[in-house]
Amino acid sequence: MALPSMASAPRRRPLPASLVWGAGIFAFVLFIAVAGPFLAPFDYDQMNILKRMQAPSAVHWFGTDEFGRDVFSRVLYGARLSIAMGIGATMISLAIGVPLGLIAGYYRGWPEEAIMRGVDVLISIPPIMLGLLILAVTTPSVWKSALAVGVIYVPIMVRLTRSVCLEVMGEEFVEAAKARGERGWYILFSEILPNAWPPIIVETALRVTFAIMLGAALSFLGLGVQPPASDWGLMIAEARPFIHQAPWIAVAPGIALVITVIAINLLGDGLREILDPRMKRDRL
Amino acid sequence: MFGYLLQRLLYIFVIVAVMSVLIFWITQIMPGNVAYMILGDFAGMDQILALEQKLGLHDPIHVQYWRWAQGLLQFDLGDSLIMERPIAPILFDAIGNSAILALSSIGLVALVGIWLGVYSAIHHGKAGDHIVSLATYVTLAVPEFFWCVLLIILFVGYLGWFPATGYTSLSEGFFVWAQHLILPVVALVMGLMAHVSRLTRSSMLEVMHSQYVLAARAKGVPEGLVIRRHALRNALLPTITVLAIDVGVLMGGIVVVETIFSYPGLGRLLIFAIQQMDVPLIQACLIVVTIVYAVANLLADILYTFLNPRIRYGSSVNG
Repeated sequence: MALPSMASAPRRRPLPASLVWGAGIFAFVLFIAVAGPFLAPFDYDQMNILKRMQAPSAVHWFGTDEFGRDVFSRVLYGARLSIAMGIGATMISLAIGVPLGLIAGYYRGWPEEAIMRGVDVLISIPPIMLGLLILAVTTPSVWKSALAVGVIYVPIMVRLTRSVCLEVMGEEFVEAAKARGERGWYILFSEILPNAWPPIIVETALRVTFAIMLGAALSFLGLGVQPPASDWGLMIAEARPFIHQAPWIAVAPGIALVITVIAINLLGDGLREILDPRMKRDRL
Repeated sequence: MFGYLLQRLLYIFVIVAVMSVLIFWITQIMPGNVAYMILGDFAGMDQILALEQKLGLHDPIHVQYWRWAQGLLQFDLGDSLIMERPIAPILFDAIGNSAILALSSIGLVALVGIWLGVYSAIHHGKAGDHIVSLATYVTLAVPEFFWCVLLIILFVGYLGWFPATGYTSLSEGFFVWAQHLILPVVALVMGLMAHVSRLTRSSMLEVMHSQYVLAARAKGVPEGLVIRRHALRNALLPTITVLAIDVGVLMGGIVVVETIFSYPGLGRLLIFAIQQMDVPLIQACLIVVTIVYAVANLLADILYTFLNPRIRYGSSVNG
């Protein structure tokens, strides 16, 4: 590595290609999730028995399903719940995990002991099981599966936030704030948290992809979104009996799902390159 | 080493105990009346009450839990409400079938994943590396259930090479048995293989630039030996930790894959139990899954310790 020269210091490096592509595609998917019903050429639940299981054509880009509904319109419509479930679940794990991680890292002593032992228990449950456990005892719905998936990722968020918090606490500005006699909550949320975000954001991007895939899997098993509403997971599940006669009904939402996940992965990799260049994945 | 093992075993016991309380407590909230489910639609109120009394459903919840936990310790898991048979034998069959699926998957993931990772690390920056990297990047984004659908479309519908669903025992011939196993295993391993391969690649690349690999090369050790003995051995450490985490992912995958391929394993049994509201069966399945996951993590820890001499004697170093 060359020594950093003073002359080139102010020049900003170009954004990583993965970030640009990932952000671009993801923005497009988000746009579809919001505007999908207005963009769709047909109603998502408009049936037409005469046009059952038609192959993709100029009118029906992704063909029609077993009720003659336009698959393209349904894929656009399904984006909303799939994305909402992924982002919602991740927000839940952030909202619970980050404060707990901060408290465990900052106060140490018994709060840390209590939080981290709780995390040990939660983390020893295989991921999908917690979701199944919650969904087994209640009637399934979108927000419940988002909650289930969100709770699953809480331990990871707690561990990450705690370790980042421990790192930041060694910095001088934290010492300075303590010397000024600031209160604990102020130091936690105004001094430590703003400096702990980078690795948390990178992890969040990764979690969104896992949450989207897990949420889709739960919907696929009939434990998430309930008909007549639909997301990509449920669409694939409903298309299963017809996959030999009309594979496009299952493949179209699947490809939409894969493209979304790839986009967010790219976005996450790009963010990591900018924010957390040392790639401290071993912090978990 | 022995003390460490004992400590870990104790830890597993505590985890399973905590989980058993959690599982029992949550499943108690389930809607649906057990006595009603056993007696059927035409039972009178007094019949239901009598059966509830007999099953001890009016006892306080901690008494009910204690009865269940005692049974658990004696491998008595109660009767399935829907199948009206003792759960233990049903469960053992299911565990056996799932174990075949899980073990062949983990074996395949470890072998192929590590091999792919080492291959692309050695061919760093060349065409082979780029192809593997691109393929694994895409593969990681495909959920298991979509792999199942794609595999069924291609190999069952289009090519007709494999049966779509079901399971035959080994006694009906190895070929038929394997035929039913291949697609579920492939669907299970694709994502994990990509994961392991990417991780092995990056830790191999890191290790290949280390001082001791340089020293080994300078000493004139043949390249193959450098890779196998010096680099790979150290690069594998993070991979093993990830393999343990992947066991959890694998169990999630097994639930999905078994359901799609109608494979009579633990995952399908659990989904069946949930759909039928069969409380004792749900409890039994979940507790077994918890135990298996805890043991898998323990095995990964032991393997890690075995491969990494720095922590071979466990707590004495890290305090």
